[in-house]
Formats: sequence, C-alpha cells, structure tokens
Amino acid sequence: MSFGCKCGGELNSKLDALLDRYRGQPSALIQVLHQAQELYGYLPRKVLQRVAGALNVPLSQVYGVVSFYSFFTIHPKGKHQISVCKGTACYVRGAGQLLDRIKEELGLKPGETTEDGQFSLEVVRCLGACGLGPVITVDEDVHARVQPERMSDILAAYRQ
Amino acid sequence: MELYRAHVLVCAGAGCISSGCQAVKSALEESIDRLGLKREVKVVETGCMGPCDLGPVIVVYPEGVFYRQLKPADAVEIAEEHLLKGRVVERLLYKAPEDGKTAVTSDQIDFFKKQTRIALRNTGIINPESVEEYIARDGYRALGKVLTSMTPEEVIECIKKSGLRGRGGAGFPTGLKWEFSAKAPGKPKYVVCNADEGDPGAFMDRSILEGDPHSVLEAMAICGYAIGANQGYVYVRAEYPLAVQRLSLAIEKAREYGLLGENIFGTGFSFDVEIRVGAGAFVCGEETALLASIEGRRGEPRPRPPFPAQEGLWGKPTVINNVETWANIPPIILKGPEWFASIGTEKSKGTKVFALAGKVNNTGLVEVPMGTTLREIIFDIGGGIPGGKQFKAAQTGGPSGGCIPARYLDVPVDYESLTQLGAIMGSGGLIIMDEDTCMVDLARFFLEFVQDESCGKCSPCRIGTKRMLEIVERITRGEGRDGDIELLEELGQGIKSSALCGLGQTAPNPVLSTIRHFREEYEAHIYHKKCPAGVCRALMVYAIDEEKCNGCGRCALVCPAKAISGEKKKPHRIDLEKCLRCGTCMEKCKFGAIYTI
Ligand SMILES: Cc1cc2nc3c(=O)[nH]c(=O)nc-3n(C[C@H](O)[C@H](O)[C@H](O)COP(=O)(O)O)c2cc1C
Ligand code: SF4
Ligand code: SF4
Ligand code: SF4
Ligand code: FES
Ligand code: FES
Repeated sequence: MSFGCKCGGELNSKLDALLDRYRGQPSALIQVLHQAQELYGYLPRKVLQRVAGALNVPLSQVYGVVSFYSFFTIHPKGKHQISVCKGTACYVRGAGQLLDRIKEELGLKPGETTEDGQFSLEVVRCLGACGLGPVITVDEDVHARVQPERMSDILAAYRQ
Repeated sequence: MELYRAHVLVCAGAGCISSGCQAVKSALEESIDRLGLKREVKVVETGCMGPCDLGPVIVVYPEGVFYRQLKPADAVEIAEEHLLKGRVVERLLYKAPEDGKTAVTSDQIDFFKKQTRIALRNTGIINPESVEEYIARDGYRALGKVLTSMTPEEVIECIKKSGLRGRGGAGFPTGLKWEFSAKAPGKPKYVVCNADEGDPGAFMDRSILEGDPHSVLEAMAICGYAIGANQGYVYVRAEYPLAVQRLSLAIEKAREYGLLGENIFGTGFSFDVEIRVGAGAFVCGEETALLASIEGRRGEPRPRPPFPAQEGLWGKPTVINNVETWANIPPIILKGPEWFASIGTEKSKGTKVFALAGKVNNTGLVEVPMGTTLREIIFDIGGGIPGGKQFKAAQTGGPSGGCIPARYLDVPVDYESLTQLGAIMGSGGLIIMDEDTCMVDLARFFLEFVQDESCGKCSPCRIGTKRMLEIVERITRGEGRDGDIELLEELGQGIKSSALCGLGQTAPNPVLSTIRHFREEYEAHIYHKKCPAGVCRALMVYAIDEEKCNGCGRCALVCPAKAISGEKKKPHRIDLEKCLRCGTCMEKCKFGAIYTI
C-alpha cells in the first residue's frame, strides 16, 4: 500500500477492499454506494460497473438506485458545496429570496456546478437548525440567519 | 472506567453548531487543559438540549448550571471561574426577558418548566457516548425486567394498556402492532426503527438519537423479545452523520456489555441491531418504501395490505416504529402502563415532542403532555411571536398536514382534535407563522415539495399534484381564475382517494386546509389580484414615498425595466406600466423610501 498519495491506485485498492467486504450481498447496494461516493466524491461509471459485478446486481438496477436517491451523483461536484435549506421553517423565514440571490450571484440552478468548478449548489430539506433559519451550509460550515445581502461576502470568503 | 469530578455538556445539535458551539468547545477544552483539569473534568457533546435560539448552550454537572449564548472567551471564563474555583459565572446565566430573573439551572426557566419529559428524559442530560450514564438513569433496567420477569404476552399487554400510539405520524396503537407481528406466521421476524425524519422543519428524532441512543436500542430489544425477533435495523437518513456515529458507538458499547448480542443477561435471548443509512428520498419514510430501501432497492412504496406487521422485511413479519415511539417504551415498562395512561387525554396518552420553529421567540425542542393547548405551547413555552406581530397560524404534519388558525389556539393538541381541524398530529414539526406568511404561497411551497419527492409510481400523485401546483402557481402570479378554488378542492379529493401510498394520499392536505381556513386569502389573490401578506411578488405594487425619497437615483440605476424616473435630488416615481415587480429598487434604496401596497 502506498502512503500519503491520493492517486487512483490508492482509491482503487480501497474500493477493492470495500467490494470484498460486501461481495455477493445485493442488499448492501445502498451502503456500498455511500462508501464509494465518499471515496471518489461522486460515482463514476467505472465504479458502478465494479459495484454491480461485485454485489451481483444488474448494472441497470444499480443505475435505477443511483437515480432514485438524490444523495447519489454521477457528476463530479464543485470544490465548494453550497446547500440551501428549503425546509418549512427556513422557508417562512425567507429561504426563497435567499436562494434566488445565490442563483443570481453564481448563475446556477440547484444541481449545477459553476464552470470554473468552484461551487456546486443544491437545495436540501431541513438541516436541523430550524430555530435559526434561513440556514445554508458551505462545505462543513453552517451559516445561520443569513440575510440575502450577506451572500456576496460569504461566497467571497470561499473564492480564491 | 475513569471518574470525573465534573462533566460539561456542550450542546452540539445542529442549532448550536450553526451558532458556533465548536469554537466554544475548543476554547473550553484548551482552558481545561491549560488549567490542568483534564483528568477531573470531561467535556461531552450532546444532542439538542431544546432552547436552540439561546445557543450555544452548555450545562455543567453535577450542579446542572445552564449557560447560554456563549462566545469562546466566555468558555475560558467558565473554565477559570466555575470549573477551577467553583464559582458560577453569573453574567452568562439565563435571564427571563419579562422580569430579568436569573435562572441557575434549566428547570428554573419557563421554557423547560412547562414541559414533561418522557421521550426526552435523557437528551441533553446524559453523555450520549457513555452507556454507564444511561444505565445510571435506569437504562437497560426495563430490558432486564422484561427478560427476567415477564412473558412476551405480558409485554405486549403492557404496551397495549399504556395507550401508546405511533409518533411517526399516523398514530397507530403500538401494542396492537406488536401483537399482529407476534401472532403472524413466518420466521425470522424483524424490528425496525424509522429514523428517516422526513418532515422538513423537524428534528425530534435526530435529537433523541444524538442525545440518547441507548433508549432506542433498549426498546427495540424489548420488542424483539415480545414478538420473537432477533434482529433489528435502524434506518437513519444520510443527513444525520452525528446520529449515525452515536448510534454505532452505542451498539458497540451495548454489545460489549452484553446488552445486545447473544444470550442477553444470560437469559438465552439474543438480539442485535444494525444501521442502514438512507440516501435522500422523502418517500423512504413511508414504511413499505423504507423496507425496500433496507433491502437495497429503490424506495418505492407498495400497496398495503399486507402490512409490514404481517409481511415486512424480506416478506417476514416486521414491527416498524418511529424513534420517539421507541423512546417511550422503557419508561412504560418500568413505571407501568397506568402511569403512562394517566398522562394526556382520553384517546391520546403520554406526551408529544415538537420541534418549534418559524416566527416564534423561543425556537427549539419541547415535550408536552398530549392535550396541552397550542396557546400554551406557542405563548407560554415559545414566548410568543417576535417583533410584536400577530400570530396567524401553526402548521403541523409538514407536507402531509395542515394549518391551524388563531381562532383554534385553545384546542387541545391530540390526534383527534387536530384531525378534526383538517391538520394532523404529524411527527412533531410545529411551524409558527405570523401575518407576513402568505397561505397560498405556503400551499405552493408544500406542493412543490411533494412534486420533488413523489416517487412517480402512480399517476394521481405524480400528475395530480403537478396540476394542483400549476393552478396554485398561477394564482400566486395573479393569473387565478374564477373556479380555481373549486378545481383545487376537487383534484385534492381525487388524489386523496386514489393515490397508492401515504405521500400522495396526504399531499393535497396543505392546500385543502389553507382553503378551508383561509379561503378569503385565495379569493384576494384570484379576484382582487392582491396578496394580503405581501409575499407574492407578482401581485405587489411598488411605490415611492415622496417624503422619504431624496432623489439619489440609485433605484433608477438598478431598475432592469427602466421604470423609474425623476430629476436628481427630487422625488422619483415608478411607472407601473413598465414595472416588472422584481423588488430590486426596494432592496437598493438606502432611505427606505420604496414600499409595496
Ligand atoms: C410519505 C410518508 C413519509 C413518512 N415519513 C416518516 C418519517 O420520516 N418518520 C417516521 O417515523 N414515520 C414516517 N412515516 C410513517 C411511517 O410510514 C410509519 O407509519 C411509521 O414509521 C410507523 O411508526 P409509528 O407507529 O411508531 O409511528 C411516513 C409516512 C409517509 C406516508
Ligand atoms: S402516492 Fe406518490 S409517492 Fe406514493 S407511490 Fe404513488 S407516486 Fe409514489
Ligand atoms: S433610491 Fe430611494 S431615495 Fe434614492 S431616488 Fe430611489 S427612492 Fe429615492
Ligand atoms: S420593482 Fe423592479 S422593475 Fe419595478 S421599479 Fe423596482 S426595480 Fe424597476
Ligand atoms: S427548516 Fe431549515 S434547518 Fe430546518
Ligand atoms: S441545538 Fe443546541 S439547544 Fe437545540
């Protein structure tokens, strides 16, 4: 095993280990996809083929599952992941206007990534901080009570 | 096991995380280290303690001193004063907004005083990573009692007698469900915990898992004994990584202590639990979809009957209950069904946990006896509506539920009364709305949600809700027509009676209930092209207040329609023919001169 190097080789050997653990267990599909996505950041076709083979699930069924669950993505994501909460509590506190502002600032629709690969935008339903809406997360950071005017500053902090 | 002189519980619920509890915790830990207290004081993260808007909050035990709204520097002071010298830091205690009275411990605060905590008995009080602390508060005693002194039939009888009903939304009697599974032929049987918590704006289940994971494990094992199952699954949504982590640790510890696994308490009974993580599909909260998802498939519901109690996971009898339902089980076993049944109303026993949010002063997690009035929850516990605004309505049950308008504030909150009002108890989301919320827009919001989340398997839900959404959108754009309200009602009833699963069957509720209680608001949109709450942008009329306008010209500069004109330093005006109602000018005016009618 190679140390420290984040090259394809290391990822692939981790995937091998993962698949070995669940070989021949179709019911583990969702759990395996979770871990594979954690490794690669998304689910490339090659990985899905290997998952299908190892768990003994038809590839079409693997795609069926991947497309059904919004958590899985077959496209690489941007460097920074913006999640805007559009749960009820945030909505009544102005999440709609906030989302409009972010879309405008980045020229993005939810589910898209900016051309420079900096930001991906997605809408989520409740981050569990309902008392402090509207709430967004950028990567691991939670921003609470976000007024639309604050958005440019928040985004600028992540831009390089 | 190490013994500590003091524990500091740092709330690490999502609310406190977003108000900065991690920095507070680091500062606390650094100070404890620096003061050489590391072997005496232990810092622990808990699930949401309840009063999220006071975050970051911490509690110092053994005294139970409650500190709120902390900054990292405050944490340093608490370490130096309280932890080292034993002096409570007065200035960081909670002060009641009405009379300025200081509360040292949380039970002196109104927000907590009016609550009865059964499901939340340990949440925010014990270290969720310590099985010892759970045990010290009677943890696993109920399991011991069941395994050593009760027959499976007696356990089921006890739960039936308690009157406990499912807290996941539908309110089905829990004991009865267990009995069905126990009697159903087929082996092995399974026990499942529904921790998918899909209602957007609710976080009760998450807090229990993060704050008291063992209570759910213990309850599942009790059920396993009662119905003859040896395997349990907890299905948690992917958005809750801390809950997953806490639960994994709890399972590991419970196995280590022989509280899960083979031959529990040497009684020959074996039971184990595994976690399954969801992947972001609201419909997976529906029980048949959830079971499909545990099996690794697309989470599409299937018709019931057969119910999971008869044919569930892999076609075998399966009891599936909600997290909060599970958390009620151990106290019922220990204190007896009569005790539990003495709390609440005639048909709704015990308590209910609510996630109180929206336009209310004290947002957070509250647990109250069934039958408490909305007024008590919103005004006594919740501290009323901020900014001197009027209470307009409360929303329960999320996308499956409805609104309760102000004239019903004194209705007791229980399953039957809420259903009568066209709302439902739901899983516990309680969103408070003031005069600034447009009910038509709210209906649109929920329809959009169901449209996103419909699995698409049956057409009444997939196509019917789309039609409803189109109509409501039209109304909010000012293009509503005579007959739209009736059409919505008709479509709604049709979908309710023909959709395959609960998602579709309840999807029209937010529309039907807002029509029922706020019909005049729909009419204002349709016939007068007005949004009384001033939310629907297309229906707003923008105007400039001549008194306030100083003619700076900023608005004219940003207006995309060139609808604003005026001489420099003279009041400007808006040409309503050209105005697109985009609101940009209002945002940009620094003098608050632009208003809407
Ligand atoms: C669309 C839909 C979503 C649901 N989401 C949840 C959920 O997130 N959590 C939950 O406990 N029950 C949810 N339910 C209810 C479950 O189907 C089921 O009734 C419940 O888990 C049974 O547990 P209980 O009797 O303890 O409430 C949902 C139902 C429907 C129709
Ligand atoms: S009612 Fe909606 S969510 Fe339920 S099965 Fe039909 S399409 Fe799917
Ligand atoms: S921005 Fe405000 S103050 Fe300036 S011209 Fe427009 S309305 Fe008047
Ligand atoms: S609302 Fe938009 S279009 Fe209308 S006047 Fe203001 S900036 Fe111009
Ligand atoms: S609704 Fe946004 S955090 Fe819950
Ligand atoms: S998250 Fe800390 S009190 Fe709710």
